[in-house]
Amino acid sequence: MPLNQPEIDPPHLLEQMLLVRAYETAIVAGSATGKVPGTCTSIGQEASAVGVINALAASDLILTNHRSAGHLLARGADPGRLLAEVMGRSTGYCKGKSGSLHISVKELGVVLTSTIVGAELSLAPGVALAQDMLKQPGIVVCFFGDGAACEGSFHESLNLAALWKLPILYVCENNHWQAFVHRREAMCQAHVSTWAAGYGIGARTVDGNDVDAVLSAARAAVAEVRSSGRPSLLETWTYRSRGHFEPDDQSYVDPAEHAAWLARDPIDIYRQRLLADGRLTLPQAASLADKVDSQIAVAQAFADASPFPAAEELSRDVYA
Amino acid sequence: MPSLTLNDAIGAALSEEMRGDPSVLVFGEGVATKRHELLTEFGARRVRNTPLAEGIIAGTAVGAAGSGLRPVIDLLFAPFLCYAMDELVNSAGKLRYMSGGQFSFPLVTLAMSGAGWGVGAQHNHNNEAWFVHSPGLKVVMPSTPADAKGLLKAAIRDDNPVLFFLDIGLLHLPGEVPLETPPIPLGQATITRQGSDVTLLSYGKTVHHCRQAAASLAARGRSAEVIDLRSLKPLDEAAILASVGKTGRLVVVHEANRLCGVGAEVAALVAEQAFASLKAPIIRLGGPDAPAASSFPLEQAHVPQPEAIAMAAERLCSNY
Repeated sequence: MPLNQPEIDPPHLLEQMLLVRAYETAIVAGSATGKVPGTCTSIGQEASAVGVINALAASDLILTNHRSAGHLLARGADPGRLLAEVMGRSTGYCKGKSGSLHISVKELGVVLTSTIVGAELSLAPGVALAQDMLKQPGIVVCFFGDGAACEGSFHESLNLAALWKLPILYVCENNHWQAFVHRREAMCQAHVSTWAAGYGIGARTVDGNDVDAVLSAARAAVAEVRSSGRPSLLETWTYRSRGHFEPDDQSYVDPAEHAAWLARDPIDIYRQRLLADGRLTLPQAASLADKVDSQIAVAQAFADASPFPAAEELSRDVYA
Repeated sequence: MPSLTLNDAIGAALSEEMRGDPSVLVFGEGVATKRHELLTEFGARRVRNTPLAEGIIAGTAVGAAGSGLRPVIDLLFAPFLCYAMDELVNSAGKLRYMSGGQFSFPLVTLAMSGAGWGVGAQHNHNNEAWFVHSPGLKVVMPSTPADAKGLLKAAIRDDNPVLFFLDIGLLHLPGEVPLETPPIPLGQATITRQGSDVTLLSYGKTVHHCRQAAASLAARGRSAEVIDLRSLKPLDEAAILASVGKTGRLVVVHEANRLCGVGAEVAALVAEQAFASLKAPIIRLGGPDAPAASSFPLEQAHVPQPEAIAMAAERLCSNY
């Protein structure tokens, strides 16, 4: 696991982004044939997830949302168990009771995942409060989107975290889309980071499609939260390349804007950079692509072969 | 045996549980101000005032409970729970199940409701049935100081989220409370008066109305049994069925609106499982399908009064 390592092998970041892309591409293909339920993909946002997660320590806790594949896979989740969860199989991380929208993996520190937009913001102060009161070493990282930033819970969360001095890194993946509505129609500001100042919380915006930039900004933000014990906000400026969920014809998307962002694909940008400066060769790039493809094939076979939950699971785990 | 008000019994339960378990903390609207003795004994980390923002109070409690603490939160008035519905219903009630049992949520939510202070419908709305209808939650509403103390101790020790409703009209009612109060297990009703002709079943302040009705019925030679449910979920089905099996007549009484109230569930339970025992139709007495008024006579008229309960019971006894 790359966590806690001061130096990260650049091809490793590329490999993680490729794995996320291959995993979600397989889901898109599976949902087109009806084999896999449709999901909310993070295609186009891989650099944001991989950059931030690689800036964390193993003891840090992560709250994510319905667009979680990048966070989970970069944290080391097994694509087979993730895919099994998406397909409702008992071998999934949540025994098939979550589906794609709210996958938690406590053993990896990915906790209390909720698909209610803004709920992650509402839950994060309590997770951080427990870290603080139980004297646990890790900080809390809360991933949310520009849509969630328009919920009251964003503002209530920042106020309380600032007031109670809670160690939370708020990561807004500003992907420009709030379900079927462009952020321009829903937000009075373009940047969520501008709202942090009102709460006395330091904030930075970074090019969310440049994994080097995200990693560097996230490391700086994590270091601030860790040393001060106080919240900080990082906005990754990125784009949701596909629809709100699969399938979605994206007829509501401005083609020019879409094309401009596709030309800034985070994986292409990073691959070209590594090839250009000699940190990666073409055969190595091809071999990474083959490696993730075979991982996804193994994952798909595992999920396909996994059983559905037994009927007695219907009422199990409602109460502790 | 010392005499305490129900409100003081709540304070006593909180301090005893906080003394016994360092993971118990209490926060909410004015908690550190109004329960200053807790602040003095346990300090500002474990006894906290919060913003008047029920969503983030509840969300923080859910996050903390899912991460190893045992929070008790005070949201003041039950209608304010509307601001905390997502956190309590979608997160506290569902995330254990949806995560395949990875998390548990030991948290208690205190909220007041009921006639007594003339505060009107945005402070007085007996909405406890909403939470009975939501999976993953438990619901408690005591009628005496001793029960309040014992039930709150059990609720704090329970590993599940508990909605703990306090009847405004009973808050300053004194009652004997043993110095050493053991926890009263959730889900156990109590028979507060033995009888053989008719069962009067209730919870909260209308338990006292049922006891007054039973006394006036006794003067007319009718023997009424009075059951205090105490816990609405889990519901003590065995106690209900045993009493109806003995008396064959049932009057269910609560201040909450009759339509889809807890009484409807009790009546359905008896109809399904004790039909052969019934000598008479079941009568439900509850509030009208109207918001609670502030004006004193209207507020009182919202609540089933002892005379109406006695009349209903007498009708069952004399006609069947």
